[in-house]
Amino acid sequence: MGPLTLTILIPLVGMILLFFVPERYPAAIKWLTILFTSCAFLTSLGLLTLFNANTFQFQHVEAFNWIPQWGIQYKVGIDGISIWLFLLTTLLTLLASIFSFYVEKRTRIYFAMMLLLEAAMLGVFVSLDMILFYTFFEATLIPMAVMIFVWGGSNRNYAAIKFFLYTFAASIFMLLGMITLAKHHQAITGVMSFDITAIQALVASGEFWQGTGSLQTIIFWAFTVALLVKCPMFPFHTWLPDAHTEAPTAGSVILAGVLLKMGTYGLLRFSLPLFPEAAQAAVLPIMILAVIGIIYGAVVAAVQPDVKKLVAYSSVSHMGFVVFGVFSLNQAGMMGGTYQQLNHGISTGALFLLIGLIYERTHTRLFKDYGGLKAQMPIFSALFLIVMLSSVGLPGMNGFIGEFLALYGGFMTAANGQYGLSMIFPVIAGIGVILAAAYLLHMFRQVFYGPLNPNLARLKDLKPWEIGLVGVFIIFIFWGGLYPNTFLQPMEKSVNAVRMMTINEPGMRPVWNDRSQEIDDKGNLVRISDRTPDGSMDTDADVEIIAPADFYTKK
Amino acid sequence: MTHIPTIDWNLIMPTIIVMMTGIIALIVEMLRPKHNNNLIVGISLAGLASAFAFLIGQLGQIPKTTFSGMVYRDQFGVLLQLVLIGAAVLSFLFSEGYLRQRRIAFGEFYPMALWSLGGAMIMVSTQNLLMLFVGLEVLSIALYCLSGMARGDQRSEESALKYFLLGAFASAFLLYGIAFVYGASGRIDLGGIPLAASGSEQNNMMAFFGVGLMIVGIGFKAALVPFHQWTPDVYQGAPTNVTAFMSVVSKAAAFGALVRLLTAANGMVDLWFPALAAIAVLTMTIGNLVALVQKDAKRALGYSSVAHAGYILVGVLAHIKMPASVSLSSVVFYLISYTAMTIGAFAMISITAKDGKEGTRTQDLNGMWRKSPYAAGVLFLCLISLVGVPPTAGFFGKWAIFDAALTAGLPTLAIILAVNSAISAFYYWQIAKAAFIDDEPALQTEFAPLNGGLKLTGAICALAILGIAFFATPILDASATAGKDFAEEFAQSAPAVQQTAIQQQPPAAIR
Repeated sequence: MGPLTLTILIPLVGMILLFFVPERYPAAIKWLTILFTSCAFLTSLGLLTLFNANTFQFQHVEAFNWIPQWGIQYKVGIDGISIWLFLLTTLLTLLASIFSFYVEKRTRIYFAMMLLLEAAMLGVFVSLDMILFYTFFEATLIPMAVMIFVWGGSNRNYAAIKFFLYTFAASIFMLLGMITLAKHHQAITGVMSFDITAIQALVASGEFWQGTGSLQTIIFWAFTVALLVKCPMFPFHTWLPDAHTEAPTAGSVILAGVLLKMGTYGLLRFSLPLFPEAAQAAVLPIMILAVIGIIYGAVVAAVQPDVKKLVAYSSVSHMGFVVFGVFSLNQAGMMGGTYQQLNHGISTGALFLLIGLIYERTHTRLFKDYGGLKAQMPIFSALFLIVMLSSVGLPGMNGFIGEFLALYGGFMTAANGQYGLSMIFPVIAGIGVILAAAYLLHMFRQVFYGPLNPNLARLKDLKPWEIGLVGVFIIFIFWGGLYPNTFLQPMEKSVNAVRMMTINEPGMRPVWNDRSQEIDDKGNLVRISDRTPDGSMDTDADVEIIAPADFYTKK
Repeated sequence: MTHIPTIDWNLIMPTIIVMMTGIIALIVEMLRPKHNNNLIVGISLAGLASAFAFLIGQLGQIPKTTFSGMVYRDQFGVLLQLVLIGAAVLSFLFSEGYLRQRRIAFGEFYPMALWSLGGAMIMVSTQNLLMLFVGLEVLSIALYCLSGMARGDQRSEESALKYFLLGAFASAFLLYGIAFVYGASGRIDLGGIPLAASGSEQNNMMAFFGVGLMIVGIGFKAALVPFHQWTPDVYQGAPTNVTAFMSVVSKAAAFGALVRLLTAANGMVDLWFPALAAIAVLTMTIGNLVALVQKDAKRALGYSSVAHAGYILVGVLAHIKMPASVSLSSVVFYLISYTAMTIGAFAMISITAKDGKEGTRTQDLNGMWRKSPYAAGVLFLCLISLVGVPPTAGFFGKWAIFDAALTAGLPTLAIILAVNSAISAFYYWQIAKAAFIDDEPALQTEFAPLNGGLKLTGAICALAILGIAFFATPILDASATAGKDFAEEFAQSAPAVQQTAIQQQPPAAIR
C-alpha cells in the first residue's frame, strides 16, 4: 500500500473507530477525530517530502483491478497540480475539526461525516480512473449535505437539497460522458478503460478524436458543465450562497476551501487534456462566463446584509479568477489559476473560520447587529483585517500573486489575439479586484468601526487556541505572498504539461503514461533516454526536443 | 402410442422445493401451537435456502429444456430465480415481527408467499406460453390474497380488490395475446411467434397483435406506464412486508417473461421497439414526477418502483437491440441492487407499525433517527442507493444500464435515465429528511422495537448495498452470458422452425 492509499484510508479507519466510542463521551470523539486528521496531515506532509518536483508525470501511482469487466480500476497517483490540493485538504480538515470543538449536537455522526468527507476529497484529487474519480466526487455530496442539513441554520433543508441536486444532476451527465469515453477507447484499442492516462495517450497522438465529428465537443461540455457547477461558475452558482449561509462553520470552511476546488481541479485534469480542440474552441464562452462571474459575484456581494453571504458571493468572484486563469491557456495564467485555488482555500477558509468564531459568541451574522468591534476585540479585528486583505489581493499576501498571474495570463492571451479574446476581458476582470476591495472594506467598516453596538459590550476576545488556529492560516497567507516559489515551483511542470496537452498539435503533446517524456527547465517537451534514480530527468543523457517551449510567443 | 417424455427433474427441482415448502408450511400452520409462527418461518427459510443452494449449482450450465418443452433452464432464468428467492428470504426475515405489530394473525402469509414465489419461478423459466400464463396466475392470485391480508384495514382491502380486478383484466390481455399467437402459428410456445411472423401477411398481423397484447399483460405486472395505475394504491395499502415482497418478485418475474417474449419476437423488432422505448421513457419520467408530490412514504416508494421498472426496461431494450453483444447482465445486476435497496427501505419503514396501527405518511417517520438509529441509518443507505450515489449498489446498477444502453447505441434513453436520476433525488431526500428531523413534534409517538429478523434484513441489505462494488466480478461473470445463450439458441432454432410448413396441423401433444 502506497502513501496515497494510506492517507485516504486513515480518515476512513478513524470514521469506523468513531462508531465504537459511545456518544456520551464527546471529548473522546473530538480528540479521536483530531488524532486521525493530524495523522492524515502528517502523512501528506511526508508525501510532500517524497514528492519530486522535477517531473510532470504522476508519482506514487498505485493500480489494482476493481471491476475488470467494466474496465474500472483503482488507480491513484499524484502530480504537481494535485499535491497542493491534497495537502490543503488534510490541513483544512484538521483545522476545521479543531474548530468543531464548538459542536455539541450529535457529535459522533458529525465527526464521522467530517472524516468521511476528508477521505472522499482526498480520493478526488488523486484518482486517475474516471469512475474512481466520480465515486469520490459524488461521495463528498452525502456527508456535506448531511452536515448542512443536520447542523445547519434555519433554512438548511432548502440549502442541503439544492446543494445535492445541483451537483448530482450536473455530474450524472459527466458520468455518461465518462462511459462514452471508455466505450470509444474500447472501439479503438479493444479494451474498455477509464484510465485517464491511457485515454490521454491516445488523445495526445490525435488518434482518439479522429473522425468523431462533434462528439468531442459534446463530451467536453458534459464534463465541463458538471465541473463548472461545482466551481461554481456563473450562472450555475446559485447553490453556493445558500449552502454557505446554512452550513455549519467547519462545513463552510471545507466547502469553500476544498469542495469548490474539485471543480477547477477537474477542469485541469479532464476538460483540458482530454478534449484539446474542444477546449480551445470553448475558451471564449468560458472566459465570458468567468468575467461575468467575477463582476457579478463582486456586485452581488457588495449588497449583502449578511457576512457569510458576502463571503459566499466573493467566492463566486474569486473562483471566476481561477477559471479565468486556467482558460487563458497561457503558462502564467494557468499557474495563476492553479495557485489561486490554494489561495482562495486559505483566505476564504480563514474568513469563514473567523466568522464562525464570532458567530459562536453572538449568534448573528447580520451587519446591523455588529459595529465597533475593533475596540472590543482587538486581536480578532487584527486577524480579520489580515485575512480580509489577503482576500482582497493586497501585494505581499498570497491572493495578490494568484490574481496577478491569472490576469497577466489573460492579458497575454488577449494581447496575442488568441481564441478570439480581446483586451476587454482582462480589463473587466481587473475591475473585479477593485470591487473586491470595495465590498470587503465596506464590510470591515460596518462590523469593526463606528459606535459599539451595546449588545456586544460583553464579548471577550479570542482565546489562545483560537488565535493559534487562525495563525496557521496567516502563516500561509504571508508565506504564499512573500515567497510563492515554494508553492509554484512544484506545480510548474505539471501545469505546463497540461497546457501543452491542450494547445499543441497532435503528436507534440505530452503523454502522461510515457515515462520517456519530460519537460526540461526551459519548458521544452523532450524525449529522454534515462532518468536519475529519483525520477528526475537525467540532464547528461541524450535529449530530443519534441515540442519547443512557446511561453510567450504568438502561436 | 403416447410418447412419454424423459424428465430432467433437476431443472425444476428448485420450484418444486419452494412449492412443497409452501404446502408443508400450510400444514404446520394448521397445527401450530399457540399461534406461534416461528416454526413456519424456520421451515420456509430452510426450504428457500435449499432451493437457493440447488440453484447455485445450476449456474453456468448450458440451456436445457425438459417436460416436453414446458420447462426451460438457462443462465438468465437461474439468476432471476436466485434474485426471487433472495427477495423472498429478505422479506420473510422481517415479516414475523411486523405482522405481530400490525396484529395480523395470518400464518398463511408464508405458504401463500412461497406459492407466489413458485409461480414467479415458473414464469422466468419456461418457453411455453401456457406455462407462462399459469406461472403468472399462481404468482398473482397469491399476491391478491396477500394484499388484502390486513382484514379490517380499509386500504388493504381496497388494494386487494383493485389489484385483483385490474390484474384479472391484465391476465385476460395476456391470454388473448397467447390465443392470437396460437391462432397464427398453431403453436403454444415462443417458437410460434417467429413462425407466424415468417408466414403470410395475415398470420404476421395476428402474431403482431398477439405480441402487443402480451406486452400489455406482462407490462401490468412489471408496472410499466401506462399500466402502472394499480401500483401506488396497492403498494400503499398492502401490508409492508407484502409490498416489499411484491415489489421485487412481481417485477423480476415480469421482466423475465418480457425478455423471453421480446427475444422471440425479435423478427418484428422494428414494429414494437419504438413503442417500448416510448414506454420506457414514460415509465421513468411519470414514475419520478408523480413521486415528487407524494405525502406517503410507501406510495412514493411505489412510484419509485415504477420509475425503476423504466430503468430496467432500458437495460432490456439494450439487450434486445443487440442480443449478441449486450448481455442481460445489466438487468440482473440492477435487479440484485434493486432487491437490496427496495426491500431494505420497506423493511425499515415497517417499524412505524406498532400495536395494530401503522403510519406510512412521510412525516410519520419523524424522529426515527433518535429513536431507532439503526433503522434510520439503513433506510438512509437504501435511499442514497436508490438515488444512485456511488459507491452504493444503486450507482453500479445504473452504471450497468448506462453501459448497456450506450453500447447498444441508445444514448437518448441513457440521457433520459440520467435526468430521471436527478429528479428522483428530490423525493428520496424528502423521505430521508423526515427520518432525520427531530426538532419538529413527531406524529408517531413510538416505533416498534427492532427485532432480530429486522436487524438481519437491514444488515444484509446494507452489506449488499455497500459490498456489491467489491463483489461485482462474480456476478458479472455469471451473468455475462445471460440472455445471450437464449437469444443464440432461439436464433438457431428459428430457421428450423421456418422450414416446418405453416399449414401443418397443430401438434397432437397440444390437442
